[in-house]
Amino acid sequence: MSSRPTLIGENGLRHDHRRPDELRPIKMEVGVLKNADGSALVEFGNTKVIAAVYGPREPPAKYMLSPEKAIVRCRYHMAPFSTIERKSPAPSRREIELSKVIREALESAIFTELFPRSAIDIFIEVLQADGGTRTAGLTAASLALADAGVPMRDLIAAVAVGKVDGVIVLDIDEVEDEYGEADMPIGIMPSINQVVLLQLNGVMTREEFDIAMDLAMKGVSEIYRLQKEALSKKYMLYTEE
Amino acid sequence: MANIYVANRQIVKPGDLLAEGDDVTAGSYTYKVGSKVYGTVIGLAEVKENAVSIIPLEGIVVPREGDLVIGVVVGVGITNWFIDIRAPYKAVLNASEAVEQFNPLTDDIRKYLDVGDYILAKILIFDRSRGPVLTTKAKGLGKIVEGVVVDVKPSRVPRIVGKKKTMLEALTSSTNCNITVAVNGRIWIKCPNSLLEDIVIRAIRKIESEAHIPGLTDRIRKFIEDEKRRVGIR
Repeated sequence: MSSRPTLIGENGLRHDHRRPDELRPIKMEVGVLKNADGSALVEFGNTKVIAAVYGPREPPAKYMLSPEKAIVRCRYHMAPFSTIERKSPAPSRREIELSKVIREALESAIFTELFPRSAIDIFIEVLQADGGTRTAGLTAASLALADAGVPMRDLIAAVAVGKVDGVIVLDIDEVEDEYGEADMPIGIMPSINQVVLLQLNGVMTREEFDIAMDLAMKGVSEIYRLQKEALSKKYMLYTEE
Repeated sequence: MANIYVANRQIVKPGDLLAEGDDVTAGSYTYKVGSKVYGTVIGLAEVKENAVSIIPLEGIVVPREGDLVIGVVVGVGITNWFIDIRAPYKAVLNASEAVEQFNPLTDDIRKYLDVGDYILAKILIFDRSRGPVLTTKAKGLGKIVEGVVVDVKPSRVPRIVGKKKTMLEALTSSTNCNITVAVNGRIWIKCPNSLLEDIVIRAIRKIESEAHIPGLTDRIRKFIEDEKRRVGIR
């Protein structure tokens, strides 16, 4: 490692001048793709993710079907241009794993039992990666599902917390992920207070975990508010005319 | 002790807390955890005394037995047709449910219906283990040979029909058009002339995009009158 950047400055601010409990600027938009039944674009700072939802629809192969519930198929993919060095477009081990983790998080929110023998397809495409792509992807996917009118228990708001230079920080980016000590993505259904995704990379003490969880809850409630706002905005357009 | 937190016709989103109380009934597109009722889709809240439900603004409609649907023939079998009804399930129409005394040895099934034909049909059987089975054996059902069929979002169908069919009445009475609304979001329009047909289609598009704004029926009545005057029909 040639030069390790200073992650927490002397003034207590992070390398991008954020306070430890501050989110990056977040933008959300719903209904960005015409062909998809539902879609959403979510930006967390420089991280930019688009999600598209199709279905419930007839799947291409009957053998996949379940007689009890809709199957959920999810593809998380990073565009070749999303990183500084070109990423091979072939799905990597990491992308296959993240697809599964995100799918399981979404499955716990969707009322799949309402659509037996059908399939719901979710595509998450990372356009630009700067840390926290899985949480941005999950946030976008749940918005796209709501836009498609798929019944679900709640929207999922997700954010990554981490430990950098011994400080627990909210919404870590690429640099903090690379040089920090821990990275913990969390996905939550806020109104019924259920955790649907929780991963931890690195080391945290029990006390640090509790602090990180509280911090994530705080970040999630803000993200959740923005999600609801983005959904309303789609219908606001017509009201104002 | 029921507390209802939303107004009638208010836009609600998944996860919104709609009501609280042990005696509150959770209607369609809502669910109850303990004594709290939450919404599951984006839609308009419908509040009745001690009951909350949601009219969705997006999403598909899974048809039920007895529902009227408009389908497109997408495949032909020996004694049956495969019909797309805009649901996650492909429907089947057996020749015996469409034609009297059909004999596959002497008769060509394509003579009656072929790929691309539109049909008005009823769901005969639909259970969880099989796809929907259709029938056209009733008055007015069968192949659609005149008029136009327009596709709308299936979630807009209740609004196009309106409460006690007021909206449908507004569309038909002033235009003399014959309009059949199927639950799967296809609408069959038969009009005396193409000018009226055009007005009706544009009125339907207007309903589709403004479904969540109150006072729609009156706006549609006015829209049709204005358009008729504009193109010079009385």
